[in-house]
Amino acid sequence: MTRVHDMGGRFGDGRVTPEGEDAPVFAEDWHGRALAVTLAAGFLGQWNIDVSRHAREKLSPKDYARFSYYEKWISGLADLLVEKGVLTAEDLSGQGANDPHPLASRVLKAESVSAALAKGGPADRPSNEPVLFEVGQSVRTLHPAANRLVNGGHTRLPIYAAGAEGWILRLHGTHVLPDSNAHGLGEAPEPLYAVVFAASELWADPEHPQDEVVLDLWQSYLEPL
Amino acid sequence: MPHDDHDHPHALLPPEPALRVKALETILTRKGLIDPAALDEIIDTYQNKIGPQNGARVVVRAWTDPEFKQTLLQDATRVVAGLGYYGRQGEHMVVVENTPKQHNMVVCTLCSCYPWPLLGIPPSWYKSDAYRARAVREPRKVLAEFGVSLPVETSVRVWDSTAEIRYLVLPMRPEGTEGMSEDDLAALVTRDSMIGTGLPRVPS
Repeated sequence: MTRVHDMGGRFGDGRVTPEGEDAPVFAEDWHGRALAVTLAAGFLGQWNIDVSRHAREKLSPKDYARFSYYEKWISGLADLLVEKGVLTAEDLSGQGANDPHPLASRVLKAESVSAALAKGGPADRPSNEPVLFEVGQSVRTLHPAANRLVNGGHTRLPIYAAGAEGWILRLHGTHVLPDSNAHGLGEAPEPLYAVVFAASELWADPEHPQDEVVLDLWQSYLEPL
Repeated sequence: MPHDDHDHPHALLPPEPALRVKALETILTRKGLIDPAALDEIIDTYQNKIGPQNGARVVVRAWTDPEFKQTLLQDATRVVAGLGYYGRQGEHMVVVENTPKQHNMVVCTLCSCYPWPLLGIPPSWYKSDAYRARAVREPRKVLAEFGVSLPVETSVRVWDSTAEIRYLVLPMRPEGTEGMSEDDLAALVTRDSMIGTGLPRVPS
């Protein structure tokens, strides 16, 4: 049911180590390269952001835990390139052909980078799903937290917020549903809300009685109270 | 569905991370799927052009223009796009205001979502397991590790970025900054103050 990336609330990770405001954006040259290769490959148009997130989450728990941030990116990308048929296992082993690739016409050129990054990829879409909840209304999240379309699939309801009571703070509009979009099942847009939870609803030993956590949750993650 | 295939193809690449990246870049370049000059351009964009200085401009404008602040809090996406700040990982923006009663702090427990057009690429700690795991459960202990201690009458609201909405914290304007120029004010606005793990610098 769970995957190792879903770590909100976990114990045992130790201190957070702040770094100076002037620390380099990329601590190592290969960090920037990993980011750039991943973004550039994404512009080939063979997957969406939910598919690429799920590719990182599907790394084995041992790999996920031991890989650094950009190792997850580059390894998730390699897996995705093979899964989507862009590359073969032989290619990754260095045994593949160097013939021009059918997708080469889609390559992101240097002169297009600025416009491509500035264009972004908005996630809001028109939807006919009726808006079921109004601001201030009490709701409860599904329990267990799990993709209801694909067993073990991608979802954005964290375990720590499953089965919790909260209230609607804000309607963000209607957005692509990751649980569907990560698995080639369509964008399935539906209402997306900011939902407020008292810390005492989520944690056995909250730090302060007035503290809160807000999550952005899709309508199908929520039930009326 | 293609889940949990233990035969993960990434293991075919060299294990050392820098070599792994280089190998994949080389394979993709040879097949014409990647233009190395485009990679240089992407790196240059996030290293030199897009960063917390963008968010600081938005904060200073909100500090000095009450009407701007009102519209920013209501419709941040449109308002910051009007200043030229829009793009990948900043398509849907919400700005949340710190007050004496409430302090805001942003995290992404499931990955590392972050408002790139306003703050650039997230710092290492933001992407760390420790921050992702603990920010939602014990934000005050995490804040203490950043040297921030809040009064007991201030509540903490932690925003877990679980969708494509990206959050920017509008910190409180420090006292003693009346009459300062926009450039001098911008120098007080730290990256961490816009994530909510820090407070703006106090003028010396």
